[in-house]
Amino acid sequence: MSLELKNVKKKIGAETHIYSTDLKFEKNTINILLGSTLSGKTTLMQIMAGLDKPTSGEIWFNEKNVTGVSVQKRNVSMVYQQFINYPNFTVFENIASPLKIVSISSNEIKNRVGKVAELLKLTDMFNKKPHELSGGQKQRTALARALVKDSGLILLDEPLANLDFKLREELREELPRLFENRDCIVVYATTEPMDALLIGGNTATLHEGKIIQYGKTVDVYNKPNNVISAKVFNDPPINTTKVIKKDKTFSIENNSISWQCQSNLGALADGHYTIGIRPHSITPYKQTENSVQINGKVLIAELSGSESIIHFQSGNIKWVSLSTGIHPLKVGAEAELHMDVNQFLYFDKNNKLINHV
Amino acid sequence: MSKISLNNLSHSYLDQQNNDQDWALRDIDLEWSNGGAYALLGPSGCGKTTLLNIISGLLRPTKGEVFFDEKKITHLSPVERNIAQIFQFPVIYDTMTVFDNLAFPLRNRGFSEDKIKARVKEIAEMLDLSQTLYNRASGLTADGKQKISLGRGLVRSDVNVIMFDEPLTVIDPHLKWILKSKLKELHQEINRTMIYVTHDQTEALTFADQVVVMHEGQLVQKGTPVELFEKPKHTFVGHFIGSPGMNILSCELINGKANFSGAAIEIENKPISHKTYSKTQIGIRPEFVSFSNTGIAVKVLKVNDAGRHKIIDIECDGGKLKMISSVATTIPSGTAYVKFNSKYTYVYGDDWIVGK
Amino acid sequence: MRKTVNQKAWFFVLPVFVLVAFNAAIPLMTVINYSFQETFGDNVFFWEGTRWFKQILQSDRFHGALGRQFLFTFIILIIQVPLGIAIALSMPKKGMGVSVCLVLMSMPLLIPWNVVGAMWNIFALPEIGFLGHSINALGIDYNYTQQPLAAWFTTILMDVWHWTSLVVLLSYAGLCAIPDAYYQAAKIDGASRWSIFRHIELPKMNKVLTIAILLRFMDSFMIYTEPFVLTGGGPGNTTAFLSIDLVKMALGQFDLGPAAAMSLIYFFIVLLICWVFYNLMMRHEEQS
Repeated sequence: MSLELKNVKKKIGAETHIYSTDLKFEKNTINILLGSTLSGKTTLMQIMAGLDKPTSGEIWFNEKNVTGVSVQKRNVSMVYQQFINYPNFTVFENIASPLKIVSISSNEIKNRVGKVAELLKLTDMFNKKPHELSGGQKQRTALARALVKDSGLILLDEPLANLDFKLREELREELPRLFENRDCIVVYATTEPMDALLIGGNTATLHEGKIIQYGKTVDVYNKPNNVISAKVFNDPPINTTKVIKKDKTFSIENNSISWQCQSNLGALADGHYTIGIRPHSITPYKQTENSVQINGKVLIAELSGSESIIHFQSGNIKWVSLSTGIHPLKVGAEAELHMDVNQFLYFDKNNKLINHV
Repeated sequence: MSKISLNNLSHSYLDQQNNDQDWALRDIDLEWSNGGAYALLGPSGCGKTTLLNIISGLLRPTKGEVFFDEKKITHLSPVERNIAQIFQFPVIYDTMTVFDNLAFPLRNRGFSEDKIKARVKEIAEMLDLSQTLYNRASGLTADGKQKISLGRGLVRSDVNVIMFDEPLTVIDPHLKWILKSKLKELHQEINRTMIYVTHDQTEALTFADQVVVMHEGQLVQKGTPVELFEKPKHTFVGHFIGSPGMNILSCELINGKANFSGAAIEIENKPISHKTYSKTQIGIRPEFVSFSNTGIAVKVLKVNDAGRHKIIDIECDGGKLKMISSVATTIPSGTAYVKFNSKYTYVYGDDWIVGK
Repeated sequence: MRKTVNQKAWFFVLPVFVLVAFNAAIPLMTVINYSFQETFGDNVFFWEGTRWFKQILQSDRFHGALGRQFLFTFIILIIQVPLGIAIALSMPKKGMGVSVCLVLMSMPLLIPWNVVGAMWNIFALPEIGFLGHSINALGIDYNYTQQPLAAWFTTILMDVWHWTSLVVLLSYAGLCAIPDAYYQAAKIDGASRWSIFRHIELPKMNKVLTIAILLRFMDSFMIYTEPFVLTGGGPGNTTAFLSIDLVKMALGQFDLGPAAAMSLIYFFIVLLICWVFYNLMMRHEEQS
């Protein structure tokens, strides 16, 4: 079982919403579409579901061409950001609704609804109506309704976005468990990089209608193939700036910070490059031996109970640092921070990642 | 600017109250000094917006009093209290330009046009709105509109307190980050009392000097973000703050010492010997659990790579736990041992921290 | 979310389309046919070209009726729109009062139009009608069957009584859609009641008001039944609005040719004004 998009494009009027896209999802995988709002995630999901037709290109599901097949004929389930439930049905009737359309015995319906409700902790809520439920319970009901169909393709469009912070955490943790042993393909759209990292699976980063990178989540995170993919996949946002390489040294433009090239980076041609430094690579203490010091003026200090986010300025460049523990740096004061060179990402003139050992 | 005091505040939206559930707020006592950044943190329905609306004067409390400095203001309207409030979704006057929007509160109070112009330009500069000052307000993006809402509050120099009711709800995630930091920067710059209501702990803990955690209409704990993180007084605070939250598992109190997973655990708080509880639990945050050569025997279930650190699911006789380790930590295979940092390990009796 | 395009939807429209074609398109064709011809009955027609159109456009009678119609519609709109908004603003938004007010407001709209005309006919009679008698008792000489001013006054009063509720209900719906936060923010900004109306309520009711004005314009411009039952167009032809005049010509005098031409001119005037409205609405949409 697989879902394949071949050269799918979507244009509305003169605007291109989705540029030529090729994707292949395998059975029993969770695939995350990560991108900001308006990057094309919802449009792409609607095309995958059959709710919309691509302007050109084909969609293949299970080795069959399903381009143009309407969603009613496909075996697809979808969960939305707004908790969509039938307002006049009880929780039980809501979950059972997709099964009632196909002719299944009521015993079988009870059985399947019971199993899914147990998975989502809804067994005590069967007689309640959606308006009596909390936000989290409403979304669980919507999820249960999606799962009970045993569809081959389950699409989730930012399902946790309207939930409270803690509820989001709880439900996010349960998601992988809900989808195992189902023989289905799961596609999950989100704007939060943390969702992608904690759910795992595969991730596709999207930006302005284009798929920038697709692969195993850990790989896409650790080795973003270009600057845009790195920027999409980071929260807090990754620090990027230009660097100059001369002989065996890198230095940051207009700044007195420099460090030695490691490994095979010395073999690169001299010139301008872009560097990406994640906020957690910059800390007020030395993380490793291979670190370079940077001095700057503290602009904003955001101290949560367990982490410190320091915004500081060095020369003309503004940086963000994220460190564990509380480091009460004074705003306006000069501070000394250390950047872990081992974690730097280097990008060439075309913003492509330079792989180094 | 004023000191804000809340005395014995309770509020119900119903005409008659028969039980605890009928009250949206119960017995709130709070005192906030001048100029600080405060947060009301809690899940949906805990009463934080109700409390905010009582402080701003949009709601009259069923019981209790509100004081600004020593003056009782419980029955004063919002205008008379000199407050500013920013709502969940941007509230702007569509037909006016950005300039007129910011000038509106000043014009209503009869200031001269010269003074208004100077003040509006100053605030627009602070909020990065100078470029769009003469555009129609309805044409701005959501975060621009929220900045206008904020600007209307800042433009009045006699404002006692600025209140935020989940202001980042409709903002794009990548702009949320920028606006969040901007709010913190603003507070650092102008030092006015600001109260921020949210369910998002990242927003609350990074913005506020003091956070009040609420649950089901009651104040559970108030303290600095560090205090709430390092010493939660109630299991709810332990669970609610921290991502992931505190590990809370059953334990036994034997002779005043905690016994968990078959071993005696060093704890920071000392239980009062003569008190008995129907439920005793041990609480330890994932950040304070670490691998060691001896200690509690555990099995590693799953390792989650969260980018900046690793979140590890482990299991022992006492139950399932989460721990946070740095990216560089090697995860032992097979049976492993963990220890709890005793300085941050607490025992809770009936959900409240025992002893001191 | 974008709706998907589904061509099968056209089939649902087909029955209505056939009905409209039968009831409207075909009669319209017939009228156009008549407007270019002359007939003396027995289905004998003579081609007249644009004679009827020229005749109507130059006739004083037509100008009179058109002028009266515009004046009537203008007065109606000036009274009903502000009055409707004012009533909507004073209606409660919560509690028992809401249902009571909504029912009271709906009642005038439910009465058949000729019954409305008949009701006011009797109500305003100078001797036996409650209104007529009361006005005369105040010392004012009032008789709508004989005085043009009294006839206009009564007709307008009747229309205001009958149709203001429509504006009220539409405005009320528009007002209820405004989130509380706007009022709260305005309170905090120290805005006066007038300011709140001007800067929050009126802009937010924009779309709804445009529909209300369009509906009231169209209905009042085409008004026939109520004034016909009330005054019959009199005294003389002082309250003979366009449609009343048209019917007199077509059915009374059986001048089918000129009547057909006049109805087409009438039709185009209404179309033109609706087109102007439409463009104004679209331009406003684009701006926001």
